[in-house]
Amino acid sequence: MGILTTFKDWFGNDWGVHPDDRKRPAADAAVRVMPVPERLWLPLQQHLGAPARPVVLVGQRVKKGQLLAEAQGAVSAPVHAPTSGTVAAIAEITAPHPSGLTLPAIVVDADGADEWGERVGCADPFALAPDEIGRRVAAAGVVGLGGAAFPSSVKLAGAARAGVATLIVNGSECEPYLSCDDRLMRDAAAAIVDGIRIMRHASGAARVLVGIEDNKPEALAAMAAAAASCAEIRVCRVPARYPMGSEKQLIQALSGIEVPADSRPADVGVIVHNVGTALAVRAAIRDGQPLISRLLTVNGGCVVAPGNIEVRLGTLAADVLAFAGGLHGDGLGLARRLLGGPMMGMQIPHWRVPVVKGTSGILALAADEAAAGDADPCIRCASCVRACPVGLLPLEMSARIRNDALDAAAALGLADCIACGCCAYVCPSRIPLVQYFQHAKGELAARERARLRTDATRKLAAQRQERLAREASEKAAAAARRKAERAAQQSAAEKLVQGEPA
Amino acid sequence: MIAAVLSLTLLGALLGVVLGCADRFLRVEGNPLVDEIGALMPGSNCGQCGFPGCAGAAAAIVAGSAAPTCCPPGGKALAAAVAGRLGLAVDLSALADDGPQIAGVAEELCIGCCRCSKVCPTDAIVGAAKQIHNVLREACTGCANCVDLCPTEALLLQPVPPTLPHWVMPKPLGA
Amino acid sequence: MNPNAFAAAPVASPHAHGGGSVARTMRHVQLALLPATLHGFWLYGWPSFLLWLLTILACVGWEALALRLAGGRRVGAVLHDGSALLTGWLLAMTLPPWAPWWVAVVGGFIAIVVGKQVFGGLGQNVFNPAMVARVALLVSFPLPLTQWVAPLAQPAPGFVDALQRFLGGAPVPDAMTSATLLGHARTELSRGVDLMQVLAGAPPSSLSWLGERAGSFGEAGALLLLAGGGYLLAVGVIRWHAPFAVLAGLAVPAAIAHAVDPARYLDAGSHLLSGAAMLGAFFIATDYVTSPSTVPGRLLFGAGVGLLTWIIRSWGGYPEGMAFAVLLMNALTPTIDRCVRPRILGRDRRGRPLDLPPGSPRQ
Repeated sequence: MGILTTFKDWFGNDWGVHPDDRKRPAADAAVRVMPVPERLWLPLQQHLGAPARPVVLVGQRVKKGQLLAEAQGAVSAPVHAPTSGTVAAIAEITAPHPSGLTLPAIVVDADGADEWGERVGCADPFALAPDEIGRRVAAAGVVGLGGAAFPSSVKLAGAARAGVATLIVNGSECEPYLSCDDRLMRDAAAAIVDGIRIMRHASGAARVLVGIEDNKPEALAAMAAAAASCAEIRVCRVPARYPMGSEKQLIQALSGIEVPADSRPADVGVIVHNVGTALAVRAAIRDGQPLISRLLTVNGGCVVAPGNIEVRLGTLAADVLAFAGGLHGDGLGLARRLLGGPMMGMQIPHWRVPVVKGTSGILALAADEAAAGDADPCIRCASCVRACPVGLLPLEMSARIRNDALDAAAALGLADCIACGCCAYVCPSRIPLVQYFQHAKGELAARERARLRTDATRKLAAQRQERLAREASEKAAAAARRKAERAAQQSAAEKLVQGEPA
Repeated sequence: MIAAVLSLTLLGALLGVVLGCADRFLRVEGNPLVDEIGALMPGSNCGQCGFPGCAGAAAAIVAGSAAPTCCPPGGKALAAAVAGRLGLAVDLSALADDGPQIAGVAEELCIGCCRCSKVCPTDAIVGAAKQIHNVLREACTGCANCVDLCPTEALLLQPVPPTLPHWVMPKPLGA
Repeated sequence: MNPNAFAAAPVASPHAHGGGSVARTMRHVQLALLPATLHGFWLYGWPSFLLWLLTILACVGWEALALRLAGGRRVGAVLHDGSALLTGWLLAMTLPPWAPWWVAVVGGFIAIVVGKQVFGGLGQNVFNPAMVARVALLVSFPLPLTQWVAPLAQPAPGFVDALQRFLGGAPVPDAMTSATLLGHARTELSRGVDLMQVLAGAPPSSLSWLGERAGSFGEAGALLLLAGGGYLLAVGVIRWHAPFAVLAGLAVPAAIAHAVDPARYLDAGSHLLSGAAMLGAFFIATDYVTSPSTVPGRLLFGAGVGLLTWIIRSWGGYPEGMAFAVLLMNALTPTIDRCVRPRILGRDRRGRPLDLPPGSPRQ
């Protein structure tokens, strides 16, 4: 931290929080590879955008890496078979989502052979055209592995179109407990650098900045060594401060560019990809391997053997935990089940939830680790204002949402909230601020949908009125015509009758 | 004493004249608020509110003889919008809003009589005579006009099931 | 019912918490007040201890009564947060050390019931409850509120004697009274004596750091209050902006005016060390509930408090003006909070999205 930063912090620019990271000892344990379970559940939607459409039939035999469901729409991603086996069903499974609702998934029963299907690799990716790389990445179903799960090919193609200058690789991993990116950088730095170079080629960026928080010295050293031969890649140490891994915050910390509120990073010449994504892109291009597995962190006070585990997509969290040694006392002290980190991760109702592409961690928190307790009244201490990395007034927004004044909250900048959780983390009154904001965002979106629907139905009603009026007038016209015809016939007949004697 | 009475009387008379003039020359024909509220209503004239059509309900809401919550198809969203426009405080939690409802056809009961499709204000029911009818989810406003007319009770209002993209985080408890 | 649904309503992120609590914050402030309080006991003896104790008991008692009458469910839990205790403590610090028992009880009523619970309880009040009570008492009962006992007055009353005096409400014997520096200066100035003569006999202001002078129970140990403020800064309960602005807002105009006319205006050192300057800067102007929530807002608020204090001290009807200044700025706090807002990332101060930087691809 430079003198300028310290000075700025003095005047209130010290956003974010410094939670106890609790990454070790899990981060220091060697990676374990979990064997393929008997049954895998692959949700059709594991990414942002439109769900994938199944292209296999129930009962069909599939090979490892075979396409199960294809992308539909501009922003979507396909789903592949993580192992060879049989499609058992297309059934509902609890979604990795705080609602506890279900979503459709393709169920694959493994045959144990784990036999690859056809793979098309490429020995020299730099000879491929950038849009060909984009196509292959899209076909491999690679999405952002940092958590948001945005289809990577869309980002790469957009970057190439916009002509970005900087590719930022996010290795900051600021969420407490999680260490899968740290582990990847320590163990596979050379492969990550190779993936970064492929992404740089595909996006057309001139320079690459790799941001790694300074609480990961081993990863910093490994990445710096691996990137030493590439002049265009710079490995940067960023201060450990949550939410450093948030896209706009990382861009500002590394390049000094502040992304305007209504723009995307590509608009200012920057794209951000996760280190895990770099590895997945490399596998997709060099080996033709679709995204069928990922590294995730199993951690928390209740886990017997915390660590990082390589897991096939579609494995149930329950199976992963069992492989990791289970829970202390069979989950007796378990306070909270989470997917993702404790700051932005989601609570799930039970462990029968599949691992998807965006699952960075499975946490089983004990009571002393999980935030709990009744909320006290707000004492306006403004800790939340200080912590907010976006510069919002969480205390004012939550007070308005509490009174259902959602529009007033929106006027205070609710839409700019990134739900990072800093405000609720520091709140001495333990007010669930993020829940207020998420509730308000959802409610405002629902109102907007209702408004659009009302507009549509009003149009339908007006059309019906018009149709009824038209039918009525047509009917009246037809009746008048018939009457006139009848009258004419009658008068003609009368004339005939009258004229007959003549 | 007399000066005070006189001056107040004069003042009253003067202001009375001003008010009278204002009433005469600045009169507004019809309340523009009614049209504005009417534009917010579903516009299907289903009649569930008990007023003659959506325009009637809008007039009643503006006049104060009906609550902003009187429109079942509009639900919470409409009530909030109307209350916001009129500056009324409305207890939305009291509104029996189990989420939006839409009509559904029990296929085993439908005899294809076409009575329902004739009264649907948004033409949301499709089906020819002697064919099983169906409801277009996107067009149904849940006005329930069709429910009473069905001779076999095949039509029922059903809550729209919650879906993942449309799920809303509940408001924190104890707030 | 969906078997997958949660037994209870879902809990949103974050699932971790920093561990802070309202009660912890209040405990830190109480700890910071402790040295100055003990110093006050030493200076003013048993009557001051009784006053301190009863003011706190009155505040907690009124709070409990108000909560019960309001039908709150969590009376015990709310009392546990220590906010009423702190209000009573702060109020006691601003009272004359030998004030009679009913001052404490009435003061507690005004602070807790009128100043806080009427507005809706913790976090809802517009004005600082302790300052509301202090001002209301001063305006309503000027005599007992301006009887300052000399520090280390002899003979020091024993416990029983002090209790009798405290409950009986006897005035402080003339032999034991003394004037505060600000009060003395005000009286002499109004008599037409200039400050040079007035202060000629006074002890040098360096002595004031040790606090052996007349005044409110809590104002004497300026150095100890400063140390308490430093502790609060160190543990992060308060931030430096508001105290700094208060002291600067008081010292800068005082220094300028003193340089211009030393016969009419006290010097900055006397202003900083007298009256409630330190207490106000570190413990009153930093009150979360009644001060602005942004850094620029706090600077503005503090400067206003300091400046108004100096204006009231120099030209007003009362010798000390901190309480009035705080209340006036409290009234401005909602306005400051409305006008001074942090800039949202990616937007300008008016909330419009920033322009794309020059040279970016999509301009």
